[in-house]
Amino acid sequence: MPSDDVTVEVDGLTYSYPGHVPVLQDIKFRVLKGEMFGIIGPNGAGKSTLCKALNGLVPQFYGGTYGGTVTVAGMNTMKHTVADLSLKVGLVFQEPTNQFSGVSTRVDEEVAFGMSMMGFQREEMLRRISDALKEVGLEGLEERSPFELSGGQQQRLAIATVLAVRPEVIVMDEPTAQLDPVGKTEVLETMRALNREGYTIIVAEHEIEELATFADRIIALNEGRILFEGPTRAVLTRIEELKKIGVDPPSVTELSHVLAQRADLKPEAYPITLDEAIALYRDLLGGHAT
Amino acid sequence: MSLIDVRDVWYSYGGGVMALNGVSLEITPGETIALIGQNGGGKTTLAKQFNGLLKPTRGQVLVKGVDTRNVPPNRLALTVGYVFQNPSHQIFSSKVWEEVAFGPKNAGLRPDQIEERTRWAIDAVRLSGFELTHPYDLDYGKMKLLTIASIMSMKPEVYCLDEPTTGQDHQGRRRVAELIRSLNKNGATVIAITHDMKFVAEVAKRIVLVAGGKIIADGQTRDIFEKTEILAEAQIRPPQITQLARALADHGVAPNLMTVKELADSIAGMI
Repeated sequence: MPSDDVTVEVDGLTYSYPGHVPVLQDIKFRVLKGEMFGIIGPNGAGKSTLCKALNGLVPQFYGGTYGGTVTVAGMNTMKHTVADLSLKVGLVFQEPTNQFSGVSTRVDEEVAFGMSMMGFQREEMLRRISDALKEVGLEGLEERSPFELSGGQQQRLAIATVLAVRPEVIVMDEPTAQLDPVGKTEVLETMRALNREGYTIIVAEHEIEELATFADRIIALNEGRILFEGPTRAVLTRIEELKKIGVDPPSVTELSHVLAQRADLKPEAYPITLDEAIALYRDLLGGHAT
Repeated sequence: MSLIDVRDVWYSYGGGVMALNGVSLEITPGETIALIGQNGGGKTTLAKQFNGLLKPTRGQVLVKGVDTRNVPPNRLALTVGYVFQNPSHQIFSSKVWEEVAFGPKNAGLRPDQIEERTRWAIDAVRLSGFELTHPYDLDYGKMKLLTIASIMSMKPEVYCLDEPTTGQDHQGRRRVAELIRSLNKNGATVIAITHDMKFVAEVAKRIVLVAGGKIIADGQTRDIFEKTEILAEAQIRPPQITQLARALADHGVAPNLMTVKELADSIAGMI
């Protein structure tokens, strides 16, 4: 693959927090421009640490022992400050309120806050605030307090604060984990829309059934190592291995695994989304329609 | 007799806005109930009526026939145990053992009873080996299990679990599901607030759907998952398997199947 299509390159990343055993070991993967890239694995597998390594917080903020290289948008994360890196890679946390400055009393101020720390001009800031809020569907709520928003709105605001900087890559660490179904849908739809616009998105996520509908590629982490990596379908159809590390594949994929012998299905033919499953089983049951 | 009897309860946090608008509900011993609905709809406000953490602005809640307004919450806690959504709202000891022993100690039990119940609860949530660990050194999943254990040691008749699966990974969710099944098998009534419909299908026989401060559906889990219009209105999607089963209904598949096994058995018999 031509290297100018690669926006994230992680090579041999090994990391331990100060005084601890390694939480990441020999991590190696590439993310292409415009990809929706999923990170799955049980809690404690190293997903959050990996997300923080992508914008330099690990190791610059946390210290610890670090080996290997992480390059994002052409910048080696060890050779640039987190502030410089944050112009190219935005990080969205699980808890939106952890991301808020805590000093803004209005939604638009919150979006401005991050930019003002980076020295943007006022006119440019106003334009970007408006664009970012539109992209996440929060236009009209500029004057609200961030703390009066619903969970899904808060998480979309957190995404907007990152978007306003217009980074090349957006990294999200379980952005839907704390949300109710409406909030989850809002955030997932926002992610989808941003990806369609060309943003590269890397997301750690437990909502596998959702990830199945839009991720291009996935890495599965377990105990700090990459267990496997590949196109979404290739990863999510490895039923037994996923279950061994405590990750539930999509229910419809699991169903097809149970019926594999009976229906004469090879793993590569397992459906990973509801729509695929409906098509497959309608076809299989075709002769029995009532 | 019903264990918890909620009679036309209205509740306001003050400021005039009603968080509950005339809710009635009866809970009988041994039930497993999922309280579902979007945030802000009134689930937690309703659940907190069950053990007197909140008392009705209007209407009545009877726990084993006694009006919650006439009993102090610490007495009610012996009957209805409440596990908060956020573990840090509940945990205050510096060791796992002490956290779990606190309830029975506070209730004035004998040392050997305290010892026995603490041991039992810690073993049941599989935290043996972590007795001397600081609760905040546990990972999130284990911390949630600890908060359940610290309620189990009180041996309440009813467990009220506020979002026990939120923030958990799949394994964590499975552990909570197993725990609920085992508590229920031993006679406990379990009420869980949750957004996870796969989890609901696995553990709850009954669903109470709350929206806008009202109960908009109440019935057997399987039946509620068939009420597509009400669910759509509440923006809740049934488990993926149920959605697939429904889409295959015109091919003779029962539209109310809920688990991989049920649907696999059904399809296997047809191909």
